[in-house]
Amino acid sequence: MENEKKYWLDQPHNVDKIFWGLVGICALLAVFDVFYPKHVDFFWEDWIAFYGVYGFVSCVGLVLLAKQMRKLVKRDPDYYER
Amino acid sequence: MSVEFSPGLILIAGAVLVPLFPGAWRSAYLLLLPVLSFAYLAVLPYGEYGQVLVFDYLLTTVRVDKLSFVFGVVFHLAVFLSVLYALHERDNVQHVAGLMYAGSAIGGVFAGDLITLFIYWELTAISSVFLIWARRTERAYRAGLRYVMIQVTSGLLLLAGVVLRVRETGDIAFDFLGLSDLATSLIFVAFGIKCAFPLLHNWLQDAYPEATVAGTVFLSAFTTKLAVYALARGFPGTDMLVWIGATMTAFPIFYAVIENDLRRVLAYSLNNQLGFMVVGIGIGTEMALNGTAAHAFTHIIYKALLFMSMGAVLYRTGTINGSDLGGLYKSMPYTTAFCIVGAASISAFPLFSGFVSKSLIMTAAADESYVLAWWVLLFASAGVFHHSGIKIPFFAFFARDSGIRCREAPGNMLLAMAAAAFLCVALGIYPEPLYRLLPFPVDYAPYTPTHVITQLQLLLFSALAFALLKRTGIYPPELRATNLDSDWVYRRLPLIVWSTVLLPVAHRIDRCQQWLLSRATSAAVTVPEIRGASLLALFVVLLLFSLLVTGFWQLARP
Repeated sequence: MENEKKYWLDQPHNVDKIFWGLVGICALLAVFDVFYPKHVDFFWEDWIAFYGVYGFVSCVGLVLLAKQMRKLVKRDPDYYER
Repeated sequence: MSVEFSPGLILIAGAVLVPLFPGAWRSAYLLLLPVLSFAYLAVLPYGEYGQVLVFDYLLTTVRVDKLSFVFGVVFHLAVFLSVLYALHERDNVQHVAGLMYAGSAIGGVFAGDLITLFIYWELTAISSVFLIWARRTERAYRAGLRYVMIQVTSGLLLLAGVVLRVRETGDIAFDFLGLSDLATSLIFVAFGIKCAFPLLHNWLQDAYPEATVAGTVFLSAFTTKLAVYALARGFPGTDMLVWIGATMTAFPIFYAVIENDLRRVLAYSLNNQLGFMVVGIGIGTEMALNGTAAHAFTHIIYKALLFMSMGAVLYRTGTINGSDLGGLYKSMPYTTAFCIVGAASISAFPLFSGFVSKSLIMTAAADESYVLAWWVLLFASAGVFHHSGIKIPFFAFFARDSGIRCREAPGNMLLAMAAAAFLCVALGIYPEPLYRLLPFPVDYAPYTPTHVITQLQLLLFSALAFALLKRTGIYPPELRATNLDSDWVYRRLPLIVWSTVLLPVAHRIDRCQQWLLSRATSAAVTVPEIRGASLLALFVVLLLFSLLVTGFWQLARP
């Protein structure tokens, strides 16, 4: 692997670029909410960046809860073979 | 009597001849079968055919209408893609089982009466288990046994329901049933098992990841979607389905986050996607049922694509554990790209197929003011992106470099993935042909600024959450582990009850007996050992017995 081709993603600073790029796009999308007429079914959908905030909170909640769930359901890989 | 027969029979009968063909001829023959079957379906006008009088009942073995046609079309696409994906496979068992299984599912979709449905229902169970056993490992053998027992139980409940219904109404037609009595309740539960309702779901995550590389691709398409079709036919507008479906969308994603076997992660996300379809059936409006049919259509293709990409990884590297993989984009760039297309489709990114189908169900939920269900579905939409959209490609192809260097997937696998990926993008960009296939007229435009922007917000902020949790080290690492799920109830609980309650009691009885017998004959008596499979057999016997009792109870009613 010593002589292997170096890939763009192998450089940690390039991964940083992707991360900050994502942050930038999210910020833009949130701001963009102000500039177009929304057609919505529920009043809360009109709140600025409602979908973004809900998605973010959902995913953080999902991961934190799933992590706690491990304490309850995690067993050895050969649990059913024993 | 009409001479038309079910298109599924072309595949079932054709499968029998597969072993007769050598080498390249076999490949050509395998690909020809679904094409033939589809051509036959295409020229069959809407209507009822293949009427056969069996005893006093007139069976309608083929019914082509808008609802069965859309499922028939996508089943044919799925079987063609799966066959193409499996072409390199020398094992004829998988080809024969795969075609028979697909043929049975197609037969089930076109069944016009409950007895025909039951026959194909059981055929899908019996033919598909060989796709699991063909892995030829001890684990697969056991998982297959559990799978087939549960599938057959579903068939048994269906049969019981049908018998009761025929006795009460004399009607064998497979049309709207509705939850009204014991007969329809039994049929509902039978459908529910195959559809992986919460707590009845675990056969799916147990068995699918144990099947062969190609077997899982076949399995992902048919069994559960046949059940979705059956529910859409028999129980549209059943309010309970909204809540069952909403639960299905939400709880499997927690398991998906902590699961290490990436094909099992996909099995959990399959369960979550079924939830969306079940919600659509529960709402039961034209928009919602269109959504269910459309989502089943797009889902079958992108799910097959995801299972194909993970199958290719398993085929080339010999493992599918997230903890062992990573950095494979260097070795398998095409597979990586196709996997990302599948991931974008399941996440409902604009321009990909999930976007144009899932939104029909979301809109229907909002239209009918299912507010709580709407919140849950939105949560599940973010969650599905998190675990299927990001986790699958990330841990297999990126994350850390695992050091694994392998060859790209074989040509036929790449071709199948390319075709599926093409369909995902084509349907995403140009959904009109799909919308025209749906059971009701579609008055819906998926590409509005509101829909595109809000969906992008939901998805990209979810991606941001993933990136942030990963960078801060909060994201749970991939660990080799077994996660307990509802299968524990039949895989461990009986053994625990046996060893802590029944065995001590048995020993005590044994001792009493020995004591008594030693008084009489002075001979030693032992209790026979009962484990695993025998306990499951006992379970089935108890189930049959309870059915018998309920049956008699029904008969005894005035």
